[in-house]
Amino acid sequence: MNEANGKVFIDPKQLTSYGDATNDGAVQLSFTLPIPHGALAKEAAKKFVQNLGFDKSEIVTMEDMKEGYTFFVVYGHTQKTIDISKIKVMEVNFRVMSREETDAFIQEKIGRPLVVVGATVESDAHTVGLDAILNMKGYHGDYGLERYKMFTVHNMGSQVLCEEVVRKVKETKADALLISQIVTQKNIHIQNLTKLMDLLEIEGVRKDLLAIIGGPRISYELALELGYDVGFGSGTVPSQVASYIATTLSERTEMA
Amino acid sequence: MSRLSITLNRDDVAEAKKTAKTIVDDVFHFINKHTTDTIERTVLRYFGVDGVDAGEAPLPNVVVDHLKKKGVLDTGSAYWISNACVATGKDPQTIAEAVGTNAMDLTTVPSQPLEKVYRFAEETANKALDRVESMRNTRDGLLTGLGDNRKPYKYVIVATGNIYEDVSQARAASEQGADIIAVIRSTAQSLLDYVPYGPTTEGFGGTYATQENFRIMRQALDEIAVEQKRYIRLTNYASGLCMPEIAMMASWEGLDFLLNDSMYGILFRDINMKRTFVDQYFSRLIVALSGITINTGEDNYLTTSDAIEKAYAVTASQLINEAFAKKAGMKEAYMGLGHAFEINPDIENGFLYELAHALLSRELFPNATLKYMPPTKFMTGNVFKGYAMNTLFNLASVFTGQDIQLLGMLTEAIHTPYLQDRYLAILNANYVFNNARILGYELEVKKGCFIEKRANEVLSEALTLLKHTEKVGLMSAIREAHFADISRSEEGGKGLSGVHRKSEGYYNPVLNELEKRLGIEVES
Ligand code: B12
Repeated sequence: MNEANGKVFIDPKQLTSYGDATNDGAVQLSFTLPIPHGALAKEAAKKFVQNLGFDKSEIVTMEDMKEGYTFFVVYGHTQKTIDISKIKVMEVNFRVMSREETDAFIQEKIGRPLVVVGATVESDAHTVGLDAILNMKGYHGDYGLERYKMFTVHNMGSQVLCEEVVRKVKETKADALLISQIVTQKNIHIQNLTKLMDLLEIEGVRKDLLAIIGGPRISYELALELGYDVGFGSGTVPSQVASYIATTLSERTEMA
Repeated sequence: MSRLSITLNRDDVAEAKKTAKTIVDDVFHFINKHTTDTIERTVLRYFGVDGVDAGEAPLPNVVVDHLKKKGVLDTGSAYWISNACVATGKDPQTIAEAVGTNAMDLTTVPSQPLEKVYRFAEETANKALDRVESMRNTRDGLLTGLGDNRKPYKYVIVATGNIYEDVSQARAASEQGADIIAVIRSTAQSLLDYVPYGPTTEGFGGTYATQENFRIMRQALDEIAVEQKRYIRLTNYASGLCMPEIAMMASWEGLDFLLNDSMYGILFRDINMKRTFVDQYFSRLIVALSGITINTGEDNYLTTSDAIEKAYAVTASQLINEAFAKKAGMKEAYMGLGHAFEINPDIENGFLYELAHALLSRELFPNATLKYMPPTKFMTGNVFKGYAMNTLFNLASVFTGQDIQLLGMLTEAIHTPYLQDRYLAILNANYVFNNARILGYELEVKKGCFIEKRANEVLSEALTLLKHTEKVGLMSAIREAHFADISRSEEGGKGLSGVHRKSEGYYNPVLNELEKRLGIEVES
C-alpha cells in the first residue's frame, strides 16, 4: 500500500470496500441460516462467512427467529480486491435533451411525429412506472411523452397480452415500443419478454421497431440479452427515454 | 381515559354518510336484477359440488358452463341441480360428476314437481349455511377461549408459492409475535374465472387461494394458537372474478379476514364493474353471516394518485365501501376499512398530514376495525431508510388508535418478504407499540390547528366527490377516473360475459336464505 502526503493511496487495480479506513475491506452482511439459534449456529455463520471470502469477521448479533431459523448481522473484512481498470460498463450513449429540444430535433431530423406504443404485458398489473414515462404528468417534474408535440402515444395499460401488443404495433405502425415489467419473481419477466420478442419476430415487425423495456430490475445488458434495443431501470425520467428514441431513430433514418 | 381525537364538522359527516348510502342504493337497482357465473358456482359449491373433471376443470365451472351452453343459467343453477337430484335420488356431487363426463344433460332431465325441487334446494342451502354459522361459533369460541391480541394487530404476509413452506414461515412469524397471517395469492389469480383445486406448491409472488390451502393453513395456525395460548387470525384475498366462491371457501374453512373491496377489482385488476358490483354483494352476504372481517383496498389508490392531493378519494371510497357493507348486513366491527401511510417522505411535515388522515379515518368510523397500510410506493432499495419510515408508520398507528397494522417490510421495493424481513418488521412494531402504548391517551391534538384543519379539509373534499358521484352515478364516476385516477368503462374489463340478467323464474335459495338470516329486506 502506497502512502503519499499521509494520504492512503487508493489503487484502482486493487480496489476493496471501505468501512472507516482505506483498504479495510469492511462489509456489512445480514442473513438467515435455517438452523436453531445456539453455539452451533454461531460457528456455522462464521464458517459460512469465511467461505464467502471474509477472513476476519464478527457476528454482531445472532437472534432467534424461532422454528429453527436464526438471523445474523455480521461485519466481515475481506482481502479480495478488484481491478477496475479492466471493467467495461455497458452504457447507452446519447445526450439527454429537454422536451423542447427533443421536439425540435425530431421535427428537424425526422419531420413527423413518432408513434409510440406502451404496455405492461401479460400477468403484470403495475402501471405506475409506465405511466411515469408516458403520461402528461410525467415523473419527478419531468413531463411524460404525451406532453411532447412530436410523440403520438398509445398507452395500452397493464395486463396486456403479447398478441395484443403486436396487433397494436402493426395497426399504429409504431416507431417505438415501450414495455414495462415490474414483477420479476421466478423470472416471470424473462418469460414474458421472451414471448413478446418471439412474436414480434414471427410477425415480422421487429426489424423496423425500436424495442424498449423498463422496470426496476431491468438493465441495458438484460435488454440486449433478450433481443431488445435498450432497457431502463429505477429512477428513469421521461426526457431520457424521449431523447433516446429521438436520437436513435434519427440515426436510423440517416442510415436508411 | 379517552383516545386521541379531533373534532370533525358534524354536518359534513352526516351528509357524507347519507350521500354514500344514496350512491350505493342506486347501484342496487342493477345488482338485484343480475346474477353471475361465479355466484352460480358458489351456490353449487354450497350444495356440495367440488373437485375437478378429467381435464382438471373444477366441477362447479363444468356445471355452470353446461347450463350456459344450454341457455338456462338465468334461472339459477340451484333449480337445475336440485331438479336432477330429485329426479334421480342422487346427490349434487354425483350429478355434477355425471355432467362432467357428459353422461347427463341437466336440461333434459324430466321436470319434477316444483315444490319438491324447492324443498330439496332449501334444505340443502340451509344445511350449507348452518355449517357456516357453526364454523362461526367455533371460531368465536376459540377466540374467547384463547383471548384476543392487543391492537394494533400485527399483520404479516407469507408468499412463498408453496403452502407447506408458507406454513413454516407462518409458524415462525406467529412465534415472533404476529397476530394475523395473510397468505398472499399468486400473481393474477384474480383474473382466473375459476378457483384452483387442492393443495398447491407453485405460485408467482404468492400462493394460490384454494379451499384445501385454506384448510391447511387454518389447521396450522390453530395448532400454534393452542401452543401459544393466543388466537392467530388467518387472511386471504377475495377480489377478482371469483369473489363469492372465495368467500364461500373462507366461510367453511374458518378464515377471519378477507380482502373484499367493492371497487378494487374494477380499478386495479380491470375486472368489469357490473360483474364486481353484483359479486361483491353476494360475497359480502356470505362474509356477514360468517363473522369474517373484510379488508378494503383504499390504500392502493395512493400508489396511483398522490397521497395528499387525492386523500379525499380514499375517504369517499371508505364511505362507499361502508355503505355497500351495510347493505349486505355487515356490522361495523367487521369492516376493515383501508387507508395508508403513503405520503412522499420528502414533504415537510408529512408526518402531520399522516396523523391528520389517520385520525380522520378513526373519527369517521369509530367502530370499524381500521386497516392501516405501510409505506410502499416510496420505499426504495435503501432498506435502512425504509426501516426508519416503517418506524414512523408504526408510531402513527399506535398513537391514533388504528386496529390492523399491516407491517411494513424494509425490502418492500425489492421482493416479497424474506423471513428475516418479517422478523425485523415485527421487532420494529413491538418496539414502537410497547414504547408508545398510551401516547394517544396522554396527548391531545390542538384545537383548530394543522391536523384538525387538514382532516376537515379532506372530509369536505370527499363530500364534494360524493355529491358529484351521487349526481352522475357510481359507474360514471369511475369512468371519469375519480378513484385512483384510473378510468374504467361499464362495458370494459374482464368478466362481463359472466353477468346475466335474472329471468322471471330465477331461483337462488342460498341468496334468499342469506338475506333472511341477516335480516335484509330486498325491495323489488
Ligand atoms: C404500486 C404497487 C402495486 C399496485 C400497482 C398499482 C398500479 N396500477 O400500478 C398494486 C397494489 C395493484 C400491486 C399489486 C401487486 N404487486 Co405490487 N407493488 C407496487 C409498489 C408498491 C410500487 C410500484 C411503483 O408504482 N413504483 C413507482 C414507479 C414510478 O417505479 P417503477 O415501477 O420502478 O418505474 C420506474 C422505472 O422502473 C422505470 N420503468 C418502469 N417501467 C418502465 C417501462 C419503460 C418502457 C421505461 C422506459 C421505463 C420504465 O421508470 C419508472 C420511473 O422511474 C411495489 C414496491 C415498490 N416500492 O417498488 C410493489 C411490487 C412491485 N409489487 C409486487 C407484487 C409481488 C405484487 C403482486 C403480484 C402481489 C400479489 N401477489 O398479489 C400484486 C399483483 C399485481 C400483478 N398482477 O402484477 C412486488 C414485486 C416483486 C418482484 N420483484 O417480483 C413489489 C416489489 C412489492 C413486494 N416487495 O412484494 N402492486
